[in-house]
Amino acid sequence: MPAESLKAFQAVNMLSIDHVRGAIAGGTASARDIAGACLDQVALRDGAIHAFLAVHRERALGQAERIDAMARAGEPLPALAGVPVAIKDVLTIAGQQATAGSKVLEGYHAPYTATAVRRMEEAGAVVLGKLNCDEFAMGSSNENSAYGPTRNPHALDRVPGGSSGGSAAAVAAGMAVATLGSDTGGSVRQPASFCGVVGVLPTYGGVSRYGLIAFASSLDRVGPLTNTVRDAATVLEVIAGHDPLDATSSTGPVPAYGESLRAASGESGVNGLRIGVPKEYFGEGLDAEVRERVEGAIETLRAAGAEIKAVSLPHTRYAVPAYYVLATAEASSNLARFDGVRYGYRAKDAGTLGAMYRETRDAGFGAEVKRRIMLGTYALSAGYYDAYYRKAQQVRRLLAEDFLHVFRQGSEGVDAIVTPTAPTAAFKLGEKVDDPLAMYLADIYTVTASLAGICGLSVPCGSTREGLPVGLQVLAGHFAEGTMFRVGEVVERGQG
Amino acid sequence: MTAAILWGMTTEREAGTEREGAVPGQRVTREQVRHVAALASLELTEAEEGRLEKDLNAILGHIAELNELDTTAVRPMAQVNELLSEARGTRAGAAGDGLRADVPVPSLERRAVMEQAPATDGVFFKVPKVIER
Repeated sequence: MPAESLKAFQAVNMLSIDHVRGAIAGGTASARDIAGACLDQVALRDGAIHAFLAVHRERALGQAERIDAMARAGEPLPALAGVPVAIKDVLTIAGQQATAGSKVLEGYHAPYTATAVRRMEEAGAVVLGKLNCDEFAMGSSNENSAYGPTRNPHALDRVPGGSSGGSAAAVAAGMAVATLGSDTGGSVRQPASFCGVVGVLPTYGGVSRYGLIAFASSLDRVGPLTNTVRDAATVLEVIAGHDPLDATSSTGPVPAYGESLRAASGESGVNGLRIGVPKEYFGEGLDAEVRERVEGAIETLRAAGAEIKAVSLPHTRYAVPAYYVLATAEASSNLARFDGVRYGYRAKDAGTLGAMYRETRDAGFGAEVKRRIMLGTYALSAGYYDAYYRKAQQVRRLLAEDFLHVFRQGSEGVDAIVTPTAPTAAFKLGEKVDDPLAMYLADIYTVTASLAGICGLSVPCGSTREGLPVGLQVLAGHFAEGTMFRVGEVVERGQG
Repeated sequence: MTAAILWGMTTEREAGTEREGAVPGQRVTREQVRHVAALASLELTEAEEGRLEKDLNAILGHIAELNELDTTAVRPMAQVNELLSEARGTRAGAAGDGLRADVPVPSLERRAVMEQAPATDGVFFKVPKVIER
C-alpha cells in the first residue's frame, strides 16, 4: 500500500461522511486519496470477504478527480462530495453489469442508471463498484448468491446476513463509507445488525425504485447502510424524494434529516419521547445475549429521558407466513420476465420457444429462487388464490393496523417502537442452508415493518461475548424518519 | 400444444387440476409440483421435484397458521398506498399520487436496449420457432 494511501486510509476508515468532506474541503486528503484508500482496503480484505462483484476502479478515480477539481476551484462541495460508496448489484448503473446475484443476468449491462444511484453521483459520491447479494435479493445469509457467499468481516466463518450482505460487509470492513441496499423483508436491516453497521428501511414510496431489479413490488425499498446514524440520514436525504420514473414514489417534501440531527447534536434527542417495547418481539427464539444488549439499549433511552411503554402488536406471529405468501406471489410474477428473450442468459440450441424459456430459467435460476417462484405460483394458481394470497392480504391489513393503532393512540400511544433486529447474532455459513423454513424465520422481526410500509432502522447496540454485533431495530410510522433517526442516534451515542 | 408453448397460458382447466376452495395445510403432491413448475416455465430434475415437494410442504404447513385468524370482515390489502394517503394529511405525499401527465416523453434509445438482447436483428428480438409445421 503506498504510504500516502495508507495515511488517507487511516484518516478515513470507519469514519463519517462529515470527516470525508471535511478532509477534502480542508485539504488534508484529496478525494482521490480517499477513494484510493478504500480501493486498497478492497484489495487487502475482499479476497476473504467477497463483498464486491465488480470494482469500477478507473470510473471511481475519475469521479474523485472531478471532486478534487471542484475543491481546488473553491466551488461549494455537495452533500456526498468524495464519499466512497458502493451499490448492491440489484441497482443499475448505465454501462455496468447488473447481475442481481444471478446467473440469468450474467453479462447484462444496464442501459440506464437507477435514480437512487444517480442522485448519489450528482451529490458527489464516488462509486467504487457493485456489491454481492442473495440472488434477486432472496435470502437472509448471502449464501444464495450465484457468485459465491459474502463472509462477515467480524467472523469469516459466519454469514453477513442478507440479502444486502455485501452492502453491510463493505461498510463494516472499511471498504466503503456508505452503501446502498434493498430491503423487501429485512434485507438492509438484518445484515446491518449482523455486521455492526447502521441500515435504513425508508417509508414505502420514500425512495424511487427506478433501476431496482424488482423482487416483490409492494414491498421492495432502497435504503442506505453506513457507519453512523447521521450518515444514514444524510444519504437518505440525498436519495429520497419524488421521481417521475417511479409512480409509487411519494410527492411529499424530503425533510433535512441530516441537518436536523446535526442541529440536535449534544442534546438528548429522545427527551419526552414515548417509545414502545412490543412483548411479541421478546418471546421464544430470542437469543439471551441479544435480549441483554437490546434491553441495555432500552435503558439508555430511558436514561436519556424517553418514556418506555410496553405495547402489544398481537398479529406479529403471522407476519412471516403472510410475508412469504405475498413476496413469493409477487416474485413469481416479477421474475417471469427472465426468459432469455430480451437480456441476460439464453439457453443454447433450444428447439422451440417454450423449451428455450424453460431451459433458460432452469439453468439461470438457483435453488432458492426456484423455490420461491414455485411457492408464489402455487399460491396464485386457480383454487388456491383465496386460501393463500387473499388470506395473506387480509392478514397484512391486520399487521399494519397493529402498528397504526399504537402510533395513533394520542397520549396513550407511542412515537417509536424498539425491538431486536434479528433473533440471533450472525449464524455460521451452512447452518441454515438446508432448512428454508428456519432461514425464513430469521426474518421474524423485520417482515412486519415491510408489510406495514412504515420506516425502520437497525443500529448497533453492543456485541455478544464472542464479539458478534447485535442490532436494535427502531420502527416509526409512515414518513416519521425524523423520530426514527433521533432514537437511533441516542442509542448509538450510548455505545460510546 | 401451442397454448402450452406460450408459458403462463396453460389454464388450470386444460391441466385438469382446477380446485375449488382449497384449504391450506393440504399436502402438495408430486403431480402438483410438476403442474406448478409447468405454469412457471421451470424445468425441474427429478431430484429438484422431490426437494421442492418436501420444502413446499414444510413452508405451506407454517403458512397454514394463517387459518387461525378469522378474517371474514377484513378487506384485503395489496398495497400500502391507502395508508400512506392517510399519513399525508399530517406529513408528506403518498406513494402512487405522483402519476405524471399523460404526455409522451423520450424513452431509452432502442440501440442501447437491443444491444443487450441474446439474439436480435437490431429492431426485433429473435427467438426459436413458435409454431411448428
